[in-house]
Amino acid sequence: MKKGVMRPGHVQIRVLDMDEALKHYTDLLGLIETDRDDQGRVYLKAWSEVDKFSVVLREADEPGCDFMAFKVLNEEVLVQLEKDLVDYGVEVEQVPAEELKDCGRRVRFTVPSGHAFELFADKLYTGKWGLASVNPEAWPRGLRGMKAVRFDHCLFYGPELAATYDIFVNILGFDLAEQVLDPEGTRVAQFLTVSMKEHDVAFIHHEEKGKFHHASFYLESWEGVLRAADLISMTDTSIDIGPTRHGLTHGTTIYFFDPSGNRNEVFSGGDYFYPDHKPVTWKAEDLGKAIFYHDRVLNERFLTVLT
Amino acid sequence: MGMGFQVFNRTTGGHFTCQEGQSVLKAMEQRGLKCVPVGCRGGGCGFCKIQVLEGHFECGKMSKRHAPPEAVEKGEVLACRIYPLTDLIIECPPQPAADVAS
Repeated sequence: MKKGVMRPGHVQIRVLDMDEALKHYTDLLGLIETDRDDQGRVYLKAWSEVDKFSVVLREADEPGCDFMAFKVLNEEVLVQLEKDLVDYGVEVEQVPAEELKDCGRRVRFTVPSGHAFELFADKLYTGKWGLASVNPEAWPRGLRGMKAVRFDHCLFYGPELAATYDIFVNILGFDLAEQVLDPEGTRVAQFLTVSMKEHDVAFIHHEEKGKFHHASFYLESWEGVLRAADLISMTDTSIDIGPTRHGLTHGTTIYFFDPSGNRNEVFSGGDYFYPDHKPVTWKAEDLGKAIFYHDRVLNERFLTVLT
Repeated sequence: MGMGFQVFNRTTGGHFTCQEGQSVLKAMEQRGLKCVPVGCRGGGCGFCKIQVLEGHFECGKMSKRHAPPEAVEKGEVLACRIYPLTDLIIECPPQPAADVAS
């Protein structure tokens, strides 16, 4: 049942070298730099997003994901969800407004899989990049590289999927759109949504806590995915796998790595979700087809290479 | 393009050429060699860890988790992020079985 969480708001990604990373996320992915702060962090957004930023890059000794945040409807919802989290026994941390520039206060918490998430209600509304708010053209000129449309979701690897599910579904109002069950009926992958998308965040079981599998960006078409693959070759960017199709979600996809080894995905299409839909189930025995619908075998790298 | 450098792999007994400015991992990959597992190729995941026994090289940025400075000093580095300056002798440590069950 919906509790007022709207959508993914931002992700903060650690990179080893800011200049290299920035070139990757702007020239190749097509994100737009919108600001920097005195900690050296760089703020980026995709062109169709209405808020000021959706990706924050932070230079660090070790790559990975610091946190992913969801935007909620308003302050009232934020107060209620914070209370619900605390009542459930989740430890929450207050991050003051402006800790990220032009972003309101954030409520940060860590789920049992070891990943940090945030909720926030306010961020500076800057509108879609390069388009007027009245009589907007179809798309803005001057987009680069893959022309990513939006930051779409993250996939995380970690333990305790059931306890993590309880927080997302029971407290935050996410729905389970797709899952992978092992022969004993244990859920080893969960795709969770607060929207019509097949996933706004996903988790795959892994012994080590807090691992980052990928951040994903939406493209308009399968042709866009193919063009992304061309650009990956043209720039000699480290590829993981694709272009191909997923069984899970049925989206068309390609995976590659940023210069610090964080995995990125660009994808298009895929199924949709309404709250009356029952979860789609894939069997763990058929994980190859579930993940790579065409090859039907797993690329070991996809399961084990994480930051 | 110069003649490059020879990288001798003590684990397999083989050797291959690495061009100037090319990472050891890329040279392996180009020749279809599978001395180490190929991960992110960005110094982030730690999959392509090798031991350099002899020779000089330049190092790109690597995750401190997988290549802490004290290990790098002993020649324990990630093949994707080292660029030979001389011929090298390397060793590829046996890899633990991948956790495919996850």
